[in-house]
Amino acid sequence: MPEQKIILDYSSPRTLAVKLKGDWLIVSGIPKVNEVIAQVNQPKDIQQLIFDTSGMNEWDSGLVAFLFHLIRECEHRKIQVNLAGLPSGVQQLLILASQTAEITPVDKADEESFYTRVADKFLGIWDSLLSLLNFLGQITVASGRLIMGRAYFRWDEFMALLQRCGADALFLVSLISVLVGIILAFIGATQLKLFGAQIYIANVVGIGMVRAMGAMMAAILMAGRTGASFAAELGLMRTNEEIDALQTLGVSPVELLVVPRVLALVIMMPLLTLYADLMGILGGFIIGISLLGLNPVEYWQHTQSSVTLTNLWVGLIHSFVFGIIIAVAGCFHGMQCRRSASAVGEATTRAVVSAVISIVIATAVITFVCQVLGV
Amino acid sequence: MEEFVKPAIQVKDLDLSYDDYVVMRNLNFSVNKGDIFIVVGASGCGKSTLLKVLIGLKEPQAGEVLYQGISFWAQDEITQQNMMRRFGVLYQGGALWSSFTLEENVALPLQLYTNLSVSQIREVVELKLALVGLSGYADFYPEQISGGMRKRAALARAIALDPEIIFFDEPSAGLDPLNSRMLDDLILQLRDTMGSTIVVVSHELASIFAVGDKAAFLDTESKSLIAIGNPKELLVNSKDPRVIQFLTRGGK
Repeated sequence: MPEQKIILDYSSPRTLAVKLKGDWLIVSGIPKVNEVIAQVNQPKDIQQLIFDTSGMNEWDSGLVAFLFHLIRECEHRKIQVNLAGLPSGVQQLLILASQTAEITPVDKADEESFYTRVADKFLGIWDSLLSLLNFLGQITVASGRLIMGRAYFRWDEFMALLQRCGADALFLVSLISVLVGIILAFIGATQLKLFGAQIYIANVVGIGMVRAMGAMMAAILMAGRTGASFAAELGLMRTNEEIDALQTLGVSPVELLVVPRVLALVIMMPLLTLYADLMGILGGFIIGISLLGLNPVEYWQHTQSSVTLTNLWVGLIHSFVFGIIIAVAGCFHGMQCRRSASAVGEATTRAVVSAVISIVIATAVITFVCQVLGV
Repeated sequence: MEEFVKPAIQVKDLDLSYDDYVVMRNLNFSVNKGDIFIVVGASGCGKSTLLKVLIGLKEPQAGEVLYQGISFWAQDEITQQNMMRRFGVLYQGGALWSSFTLEENVALPLQLYTNLSVSQIREVVELKLALVGLSGYADFYPEQISGGMRKRAALARAIALDPEIIFFDEPSAGLDPLNSRMLDDLILQLRDTMGSTIVVVSHELASIFAVGDKAAFLDTESKSLIAIGNPKELLVNSKDPRVIQFLTRGGK
């Protein structure tokens, strides 16, 4: 049977003596206040509460927390509490807690209704759209200043950004593109084999990669890699007030931070796409030669004849648009970030999700336009 | 009986380094139970590195730190973690978890290391927040309160488990004089009521004189401890010009 920590002594008239026994430590457990209060409440004529701690051993803030709530309840029931029997440390802590407990907090905003939240969400989308247009305007103005040589531009940082957006991504782009080429070749082979036309795998892989897949795969990769890193980087700068510091110096953060990032990605995306195209074709070539037994020279000639310059331009237009989308999404969400750790995470997620959605929409639009123009 | 004479913290022949760069050599000092010990020194002298070593976040280059005679860095990881539970740390920026309310921030150590029920944890949290003057702010998130309040909330979290030793990293940094004074008073109250041993890293003269029982002066140039003692006594008795210069910088 556990040791009883509280003994309530009603022997004195209208006075309840609370005798505390044993250890009162947070780690060893403390009695529940409600159970004690229920007992205190039984005799209706109690007017005073006193304490006897002669049987008590060790204590910590577990005891203070217990007494803090017990005393509060007693005061609520108009029972006078005499702290004299408690250790002086406990008395001091109780006095300190009761003094500061009187501070009234500022009002917190009331919980909003469902309809208000739905309306806020829609208005939020509209506001975001306006902010995005404003942001695009700022990028245009800053780019104009850069072209006219009036913008503050750090070439060292720009070169580092080019490396981050290009060379540093080569391994991942190679891996993904070769695998996409292999997948395209396998899918094509299963159907074309039925007609004895396996050699046309070269056409499927070549046109597929160069016209859309190379650009799209590189773009999705860069959205997850570079777009996310732009958002996190700028979000953290916003949280650390680095962007505020730039503004107070009269330097446009868009000019110094956003334009170099957009420019770096717009330059590197077409180059990465060309590289991805080559790697994809290589993937198809490996499968065609090794598993399907095609003639390498024949495969290469088919690729050359099927992939026209028009296909290449279409792919490069895709990549140019994707570069703008990824960089703008990353920078926009980073610059919009609120000042907390979770907000940086949210900004990064939004940057990637909005970039990927925009890439798919842009692909659909470009494909439709090409179809209409007969390209 | 021997247990009582052992200092709460003993630092022996400690060498501190930061990214292979040695910032402090051969540190030796001890902190008695219930003392408020201040680590003083210019920026970059290794105060924060020393704090990281003391709280078990960074292994020293050489030497040892003993807590009640037990060498922290000689223990296995589990023992170290058990020893770290006896520490409370108030970080310079508060380091509250931003996605938690103040109540959740203070409750987490209690949920992890005690068997208290949900209602009991709430009662303890309420007391801790009341002790630091934040009653009624339990449902607020860190970003909804001021810097001074964040620091006090972080203190409530640091003292959630009634630690034997509480470490403060620059408690006055970024606070107005009133909040700074309030925090100093809280440090004194915690020592006087709970008997906690307190280590404060600071270069705030007002705080050093207001709360310090003992101060250790670290010097960047000699990379060593140049003086140790009661700050008020050092101001009168120290012969070292560097100590006098530091202590009188704010006006005697």
